[in-house]
Amino acid sequence: MNAFCSFCGRETDAADHTACARRLQLIDPPRFCAQCARRMVVQVTPAGWTARCSRHGEISST
Amino acid sequence: MPPDEQQPESKETTLTAAPERTDRHTDGDVLEDVLEVAREQVLERGEGLTEEQVLRVLQLPDERVSDLLALAHEVRMRWCGPEVEVEGIVSLKTGGCPEDCHFCSQSGQFPSPVRSAWLDVPGLVRAARQTAETGATEFCIVAAVRGPDARLLSQVREGIAAIRADGNDIQIACSLGMLTQAQVDELVEMGVHRYNHNLETARSHFPQVVTTHSWEERWDTLRMVRDAGMEVCCGGIIGMGETLEQRAEFAVQLASLSPDEVPMNFLIPNPGTPYENYPVVEGPDALRAVGAFRLALPRTILRFAGGRELTFGDLGAKQGMLGGINAIIVGNYLTNLGRPAAQDLEMLDDLKMPIKALSQTL
Repeated sequence: MNAFCSFCGRETDAADHTACARRLQLIDPPRFCAQCARRMVVQVTPAGWTARCSRHGEISST
Repeated sequence: MPPDEQQPESKETTLTAAPERTDRHTDGDVLEDVLEVAREQVLERGEGLTEEQVLRVLQLPDERVSDLLALAHEVRMRWCGPEVEVEGIVSLKTGGCPEDCHFCSQSGQFPSPVRSAWLDVPGLVRAARQTAETGATEFCIVAAVRGPDARLLSQVREGIAAIRADGNDIQIACSLGMLTQAQVDELVEMGVHRYNHNLETARSHFPQVVTTHSWEERWDTLRMVRDAGMEVCCGGIIGMGETLEQRAEFAVQLASLSPDEVPMNFLIPNPGTPYENYPVVEGPDALRAVGAFRLALPRTILRFAGGRELTFGDLGAKQGMLGGINAIIVGNYLTNLGRPAAQDLEMLDDLKMPIKALSQTL
């Protein structure tokens, strides 16, 4: 279970994140680290994305 | 979630049978049906609709949208042909922009979650290769800036050289904000064949969207680009609070520029921007805009760009492709994700729309 929402950065159990989940499913890469809610440096490319948290490292679409 | 696991919902816009084909003034005078006028004026003569006519198209009832799209498709086939131009885009420099375009998550003036990032040259080469592998003929390098500085232009130059050294002959476009004449000349010399600079919205609405520069400053860049022999790519975003009158105004202002390409975006209300709570454009309104823009711009490459995933979903995108659109951005956008390229290419295959080959563009 992620502690934080990757779309809005709020705690996952603190609010309804249905709309966030839809955005992440459709058109948004993660913007916030799910472990610490830091804003990540995100690079979108035609075929994927990478997102880097300064504390928890990089995740990607592949 | 990886893009290839996205499951956009199907949002085919339900359109019903057409009613009586006349409009009426409130005093009872019968106006000539605007689609009948367009059939003769646009389809037969290739002459785009006037602002007043575009407005009447945008005001058509839902029951007439299927007629509009059918006519817009005929116009596209007659004046542009069946090929679809496929393009990929990538953000070379993301975020931290000093401008205040209210729709944009890359403005440094708003509390957007988008952080600054630079794509290195190997990353740019990979992105161009991924784009070429889809069959695309266009690759657009984009930067979130007011205008390019020496560092950015140097990166673009190095990137283009590296893409060519990779054996990739895809056509390269750029979108780097407002330019000086010297910068225009430098891009021409680098081999950039098309330049994107969107006017974004009607001139009368622009001050509500951007306050850090003017519509006229954008126009000046477009004029220099055209005069230097580069192709002009100029479009905008539907759904930024403009009225239908301003949407019609915008279509005709674009037509007066005679752009080679018009990308049509639909607002994505991004967190932290002034427009984060704006509604997504409804499918029928978006389809009316697609049809109306085609009837205003019969010979222009009309490209589906950002926001179509939210506005249309899968089936609605097909309706757009059969309603005047003849170009598409495949894969992801700059900060938002698109549908996987394979999904769009399959759609084009289903629609029996051939992808424009590179040899046709040279």
